Amino acid sequence: MWSFFHKLGSPPWLYKISGSILRWLLPITLVALAVGLTWGLLFTAPDFRQGNSYRIIYIHVPAAVVALAGYYIMAIAGAVSLIWKMKMADVAMKACAPIGAAFTFVALLTGAIWGKPTWGAWWVWDARITSMLVLLFLYLGVVALYEAFDNKEAASKACAVLSLVGMVNIPIIYKSVDWWYSLHQPASIKLTGGSTIDSSMLYPLFWMIASFYALFACAMMLNMRVEILQREARTGWVKRLALGGASRGAKS
Amino acid sequence: MYFDSVSAALHMAGHGVYVWSAYLITVAVVAAVLVLPLRREKAFIRQLQGTLKRQQRDKSDASGT
Repeated sequence: MWSFFHKLGSPPWLYKISGSILRWLLPITLVALAVGLTWGLLFTAPDFRQGNSYRIIYIHVPAAVVALAGYYIMAIAGAVSLIWKMKMADVAMKACAPIGAAFTFVALLTGAIWGKPTWGAWWVWDARITSMLVLLFLYLGVVALYEAFDNKEAASKACAVLSLVGMVNIPIIYKSVDWWYSLHQPASIKLTGGSTIDSSMLYPLFWMIASFYALFACAMMLNMRVEILQREARTGWVKRLALGGASRGAKS
Repeated sequence: MYFDSVSAALHMAGHGVYVWSAYLITVAVVAAVLVLPLRREKAFIRQLQGTLKRQQRDKSDASGT
């Protein structure tokens, strides 16, 4: 158990293991996404009230779910980096921020596109939507804060504190539809009690949520790999990797 | 497939423009999220290769003179 954590802190091990995982996870994710997108877009029946516009659910909800989960990962990585000064936790935190921002952007944009035919407006300053916009700014804040510091250690500390303080926004997002009068509908899928969505719509939605989680994992590992190489550029293993790539490139 | 024809699938009873644009934007963002770090990694390795080769050349020049 402890040896696993010890290994997690090793940049060459993390680079190598992420490469082996990506080799099979990335193609599976791409196929799963293609299947899920086609399923939701062409093979499900329209909603009896919203018609075909509801098909946006298959990208909107997974993007929002993963945007929130990504924030947990970023904040936990931030806490680990702050408390135990673990360099790879800092790498994970930095890798999460742009992907989380991308998923939050997708959730907001697809929500706006869905809002137009459903509510008659692209945007409303509703509690759920506004708190998701705050989430986007938190992600972008972490990205900007990393770039603002010359000193990497100070940047890491500031970003970790920002991600942890930003955690206050997460329960607000979850509960916004219950706490305030909102145009946004409450949760249709409930872990406890019955879901208010038909199973023929629920299965492709679960499929897409799982695919988006896998996509987040792939994107996070890809970002971490670049960050690891950049931070370890002066070490022997990265030099050997670069020169090995050069000789392979020359042979091919 | 739920729709009878390609044009029905594109039109989606008036909602096609919303649904298809949302899906296309998502596909573009997903592609960017995966392709950008891959390109950054390749660019970084290429740059490091250049630096290391230059250093090796300088070293061999210095030892040759």
